[in-house]
Amino acid sequence: MNDREGSQVSSPDDPVSPSYGFPARLWRGIDEHRPPGLDPTSWRSPLRGPWLTSVFAVVLLVTLPIVTITGLLSYVAYGTQARPEDVGWLHLPLFDWPTDPSWLFRLNQGLHVILGLVLIPIVLAKLWSVVPRLFTWPPARSVAQVLERLSLLMLVGGILFEIVTGVLNMQYDYVFGFSFYTAHYYGAWVFIAGFVAHVILKLPRMLASLRSRSFRSVLRTRLANTHPEPRDADGLVAVEPASPTVSRRGALALVGGGSLMVFALTAGQTIGGLTRPFAVLLPRGRDNGDGPNDFPINRTADAAGIDPDATGQEWRLTLSGGLEDVELDRASLLALPQHTAILPIACVEGWSTTQTWTGVRLRDLAGLAGVEAPGGADVTSLEQSGAFKESALNTGQVTDSDALLALRVNDTDLSLDHGFPARIIVPAMPGVLNTKWVTAISFRSA
Amino acid sequence: MASAPTRLRRLYGAGPLHLLAVLASLALVAYTVSVLGFGELWDPDVWWQSILVWFLGAVLLHDLVLFPVYALADRLLGGILRGGSAPRRPASVPLVNHIRVPVLAVGLLFLLFLPGIIEQGGSSYVNATGQTQEPFLERWLILSGAIFVVSAVAFGVRRFRGGRIR
Repeated sequence: MNDREGSQVSSPDDPVSPSYGFPARLWRGIDEHRPPGLDPTSWRSPLRGPWLTSVFAVVLLVTLPIVTITGLLSYVAYGTQARPEDVGWLHLPLFDWPTDPSWLFRLNQGLHVILGLVLIPIVLAKLWSVVPRLFTWPPARSVAQVLERLSLLMLVGGILFEIVTGVLNMQYDYVFGFSFYTAHYYGAWVFIAGFVAHVILKLPRMLASLRSRSFRSVLRTRLANTHPEPRDADGLVAVEPASPTVSRRGALALVGGGSLMVFALTAGQTIGGLTRPFAVLLPRGRDNGDGPNDFPINRTADAAGIDPDATGQEWRLTLSGGLEDVELDRASLLALPQHTAILPIACVEGWSTTQTWTGVRLRDLAGLAGVEAPGGADVTSLEQSGAFKESALNTGQVTDSDALLALRVNDTDLSLDHGFPARIIVPAMPGVLNTKWVTAISFRSA
Repeated sequence: MASAPTRLRRLYGAGPLHLLAVLASLALVAYTVSVLGFGELWDPDVWWQSILVWFLGAVLLHDLVLFPVYALADRLLGGILRGGSAPRRPASVPLVNHIRVPVLAVGLLFLLFLPGIIEQGGSSYVNATGQTQEPFLERWLILSGAIFVVSAVAFGVRRFRGGRIR
């Protein structure tokens, strides 16, 4: 290949022709005090280079915005219950989350979580491909490079922080101690800040690098014909590359294969059905049994502090919002017109499950309460504690013909863990807002 | 006299778009931290449960632990396989990739599913699911074994076929 030609590349960033910003004495002084061990010849990979980096980059450029936007949409989906509260300007335009199609939140969260997980091998590969830049000396030759490194810290720190907190939350490991919602949400904005700047600064170089060789020809090139890319100004290409042990297509297949493996082992928790058992290492790939109530739960009755006695004969549902409160026991609820709907319930953690729910339409209950044109509702649970013992529904979430106070699931009474004696189930609403063990509903007038 | 962009380039070290992009980026970070509240970055009671520690820790752990460990391990692996009296011509089927690939796969699964494998966060897991994390270590071990077996069989097949063609 044209190694010799490449080594003559000269640019302001090129180590052989150092030029410094202001104050030049400072930058030159740093340059002349190279710590031992930071020897550029110690990088040996014959595959590192701007083309390979740009291939990982273009995949992330297309996919990371999807993960980001679905995450921000999820915040909107939580409506007035979104955590963290009061985020200033840091949110998408707010709107009433729709109830149609019923799989909207399931799709949104499935995309967010599964795609986020699938991208982990590509993020790691991208970081591997640029790691010599981290250890170049001097770390900066100008104020510009200092600021850019700072924005790169936001980018890399942001994405790693989002990956770590997301992966832990999905497995209910709260070892980090702080609030997941708060940290993951603000972490996303730090990531966005780093990501946008990086795209603006590097997009031209990425496009030029991608054009430097044909993807097809790389896919046809065997190990024996794999040579290093021409030396580049960024110093990604090794000065003294080792002989390759894997072809470029092999390296791409390795990273892609990693993503495929992650997909195969996680998608089941969202897609469900026959694919669920393939999520062998995830909480929601587990077998829950074959009974009508044997599907995943988000919180046990025990953990929610539900006293089983309070769900028995003495349980009453209080409907308010009209002139007078209305109290109903479970038998009178069952005597009301029942409606059955097949609806998914989807958690923010990405898992979902579709069941057949039966109960009273929320809009019928609003009518009983004397609220003819409901403009939303506030639901209260028997739960003693927890962030979601109360939930707020928007207008559509009350008036949708499939929005239910469910009493039964799959032709049998709800189990205690699924919210007996009555729970909310509304199409496309974030799972945790479908309050279990409902004790009161207060309807707002439109 | 030099034009303004040229002077900027000489003093700052890059063009105006660069300056705008990084300033906008850092301004957004500053705004984000101010909305969150500076105090929220730091937990004075348990320092290692601070958002700031986890943010910087994620970078440091990746750059100064995870990367050096896997890079060094790969170099050691290469050295061991090249060692001895083996001739210096590249093998038709390099053994190194049949070790690298399964190790990377198993390592990735270990990192991703660590909480279940080492049963960390047991009480919140039980509260959320009504189940325990008991099966995950065994499942990961079985999966890991299967990955190594598949890699070894693939190596055997490739070498056998390569040998017959020669």
